[in-house]
Amino acid sequence: MDFISHLALGFGQALTFSHLLYCFLGVLLGTIVGVLPGLGPVATIAMLLPITFQLPPVASLIMLAGIYYGAQYGGSTTAILINVPGESASVVTALDGYQLARQGKAGFALFTAAIGSFFAGTVSTFLIAGFAPPLAQLALTFGPAEYFSLMVLGLAASVSLAHGSLLKAIAMVILGLLLGTIGQDLYTGVPRFSFGLIDLSDGVEFVALVMGLFGIGEIVRNLEHEMTVSVLANKVSGLIPSRAEFLSTIKPILRGTALGSILGILPGGGALLASFAAYSLEKRWAKDPSRFGKGAIEGVAGPEAANNAGAQTSFIPMLTLGIPSNPVMALMIGAMIIQGIVPGPNVMNDKPELFWGLIASMWVGNVMLLVLNLPMIGIWVKFLSVPYHLLFPGIMAVCCIGVYSVSNNPFDAYTMAFFGVVGYLFVKLDCEPAPMILGFVIGRMMEEYLRRAMLLSRGDPLVFLQRPISAVLLIAAVGALVIVLIPSVGKKREEAFREEVK
Amino acid sequence: MPSFIKSPKDFFAGLLFIAIAAVFAHGVLELQIGTAFRMGPGYYPLLLVGLLAALGLVIMFNGVWAEGEPIGVVAWRGLINIVLPVVFFGVTIRGLGFVVSLALTVFFTTLASGHFKLRVGLANTAVLVLFGWLIFIWGLGLPISLLGPWVGGY
Repeated sequence: MDFISHLALGFGQALTFSHLLYCFLGVLLGTIVGVLPGLGPVATIAMLLPITFQLPPVASLIMLAGIYYGAQYGGSTTAILINVPGESASVVTALDGYQLARQGKAGFALFTAAIGSFFAGTVSTFLIAGFAPPLAQLALTFGPAEYFSLMVLGLAASVSLAHGSLLKAIAMVILGLLLGTIGQDLYTGVPRFSFGLIDLSDGVEFVALVMGLFGIGEIVRNLEHEMTVSVLANKVSGLIPSRAEFLSTIKPILRGTALGSILGILPGGGALLASFAAYSLEKRWAKDPSRFGKGAIEGVAGPEAANNAGAQTSFIPMLTLGIPSNPVMALMIGAMIIQGIVPGPNVMNDKPELFWGLIASMWVGNVMLLVLNLPMIGIWVKFLSVPYHLLFPGIMAVCCIGVYSVSNNPFDAYTMAFFGVVGYLFVKLDCEPAPMILGFVIGRMMEEYLRRAMLLSRGDPLVFLQRPISAVLLIAAVGALVIVLIPSVGKKREEAFREEVK
Repeated sequence: MPSFIKSPKDFFAGLLFIAIAAVFAHGVLELQIGTAFRMGPGYYPLLLVGLLAALGLVIMFNGVWAEGEPIGVVAWRGLINIVLPVVFFGVTIRGLGFVVSLALTVFFTTLASGHFKLRVGLANTAVLVLFGWLIFIWGLGLPISLLGPWVGGY
């Protein structure tokens, strides 16, 4: 049984002392940033990228992954207790979770959220172990044309599922691809777009770019409407629900897990989309939809299971194909490249200890999160009272030291400052910076595959349509974009993301 | 703002994309384009520049004929108080060294908040420099000198 031996190898890795420690650090940090409003997993992972330079690859990926799924747990805590989603995927949890808390059922809601997340995390861990190898096998048969088309599909799907203007998101992806071309040409060694700066001859430093966009840019954005949240958290009591209450959460958790797992695998999916979709599914499934928004436990159970399942299965395309489906995965790919690992189907064969160790660590991390979150919930609530004006200088300090530590070059700090301004500017113009990161991360690979495919076809661009797998992938990419442009679907897409405004 | 712009966010986003495309187009001029069969260093960037400019144009025209929201207030104070310290850090880290450079950077940053109080700012700075030293210098062993040549260090 390959499945068993792979998992055994993985758990052997994940259960070593140092990996347990980094896993714990990751989920602990994730829980904290999930609770803290104004600091999310993307900014945190961006800030920690330079630190992972100092760690071995397995340990650093285990820690970064822990931050991502740990934040899904932490975010739900604040959503339920004070109606402030600490993290965007918990927005829908706040709708019914907070109402439950006001009715004195905060304990029940928190318990459901934690159990739902844990169940979904367990199922999706095994899904990854089951689905990843065949997908990687398939990807190994891909030629450059298929890879190019796959990347087009990945980018198309991720912009069509992002919220906001489709055109602007596509423009941001292209801009990311273009920024990725800065630096030496792979084939000829000719410097490109150095704009007279020697420091740009190796390209734009990834760490400086993401810290600028998500660290510095975020601080400026948050300072816009700075407010002191005077928190009157609801009291937590009655953590363990009655038998009937518990039984009523089982079906929504199962549905949420299934939906979240599927949406996570899709390029462009992940925790955010999964939680929104699961909420509308529960609302439609319910006999009495009017209960929603007034404290329906299904509205907590479904989305919470879905967002954790989605967060974890979004690792599948990242690990097997090297395609990032959301900004967090783009950062993970960046971290792998920093460690000298080429993302793609070969990771599983060349570095089985990394691949299976990471997967097993997710389950271990989920167990830790259950322990961290249920009995210790009072501690996390305390973090809510940390005011932002004490927090952001710390973020600044970590960003500055971190970016400088990459290569002891002050130029990286200037790059970070530059992209901080650019990031803020784009946000003011309603252009999300996330798609740009996806483009930046796979820009170089995409160019390489394009050039190789065209060399093989002797300059005939029809090769992308003549090879069947490539053609299917491209058609799916066009489909993903066209669907959004159909008026009724477009409206639904807006509605799905509008729930948060209400 | 000129009256023909109905959606400033779209109009200026489009303009920005076109401007960026123009900067990169200028850079492409120095590069060999090559053919589709044997692409030169400039071929792929040229494709992207073309796409970006075209999208920018469409987005800009959207801003002329579709209604949209105004851009809103720009947090200049926050922007300047956050971005300048980063630049300051870059300029001084080698000369002033870790302790002084980071302390000044963090202290300038705390000024960005509307809730600034001198005592809290100083305390926050002290704590962060200590933690920064603990994690990055002592823990991770980064080779950054604590005091730079400008303040009598090495």
